[in-house]
Amino acid sequence: MTGDEEKARRDAALERLTLTSPYHRFIGVSFTRMGDELTARMAYSGHLIGNPTIPALHGGVTGALLEITALMQLAWDDLWRRMEAGDAEAYEGKSVGMPKTIDLTIDYLRSGRPRDCWARATVQKAGRRVANVRVEAWQETRSRPIAAAHGHFLMPDAPRP
Amino acid sequence: MASEIEPEKPGRRLEQALAAFPHAQAIGMTLEPQPDGRLLVGAPYDERLIGDPATGVIHGGVVTTLLDTGCGVAAGLKLKGKAWVATLDLRIDYMRPSKPGHAIKARCECYRLTRSVAFCRGVAFDDDEADPVATAAGAFMITNTGWKE
Repeated sequence: MTGDEEKARRDAALERLTLTSPYHRFIGVSFTRMGDELTARMAYSGHLIGNPTIPALHGGVTGALLEITALMQLAWDDLWRRMEAGDAEAYEGKSVGMPKTIDLTIDYLRSGRPRDCWARATVQKAGRRVANVRVEAWQETRSRPIAAAHGHFLMPDAPRP
Repeated sequence: MASEIEPEKPGRRLEQALAAFPHAQAIGMTLEPQPDGRLLVGAPYDERLIGDPATGVIHGGVVTTLLDTGCGVAAGLKLKGKAWVATLDLRIDYMRPSKPGHAIKARCECYRLTRSVAFCRGVAFDDDEADPVATAAGAFMITNTGWKE
């Protein structure tokens, strides 16, 4: 298989993982990747506004973006490991175990403006049962995050190759 | 999350406030102030809000949205509509997934107001309030600009 074909297969696996959730589509979250690192984009839409007088993105939606980014990075890391190991089922999205959120602490740093929002997660520790993840969301300027979060996630007992 | 509520006519003002909050509208959120000062918020089961289509469970982000709104508006009620609040932080603990097909509710309260900060907490559940889906604790900054002149 050529490198281009392999890249296309992995991009398709990422789409299958991240676009099957109705809620992701509802708030307009999609993902791009640089290798194994994901970046989430929440496309601006009027229904994401919480307070219309400022106007600002709803804090709940910003929190949702952070949680989704953490969950998808954890699930993608698992798929990535399996794809690297040549597990054909990983490409087809079979036996993809989803982590479950145990807790999430969100710090709101700036009010979210009515425009696109981006987020990236860092897995601080991926343990056998629990993962600790940090996430940041920003708009135009990466160095001026609008929100940050850290959370604990229960890892699935998905079969490993 | 900010709120503008006139304490004299909480029901009508709440409806008006809600009508002006696009995302609350988008998920069909309801707000019911309770006689004890707490606030009951809710969202009906909606297929657009499902996290995992394999289970039909509503996404945790909706629970976060309910708890953030409920806590912020509870603070606004306690401030009698004289100030806005903005979420500083919010911690959500998830106990279990919500039941597919059931509405999610959250009972929220502002348990302490200082000059600058409102301290709030909330419990999200579906059928049985004693069997919570999630709990939240948050600090909200009180802004000095009230909604009235």
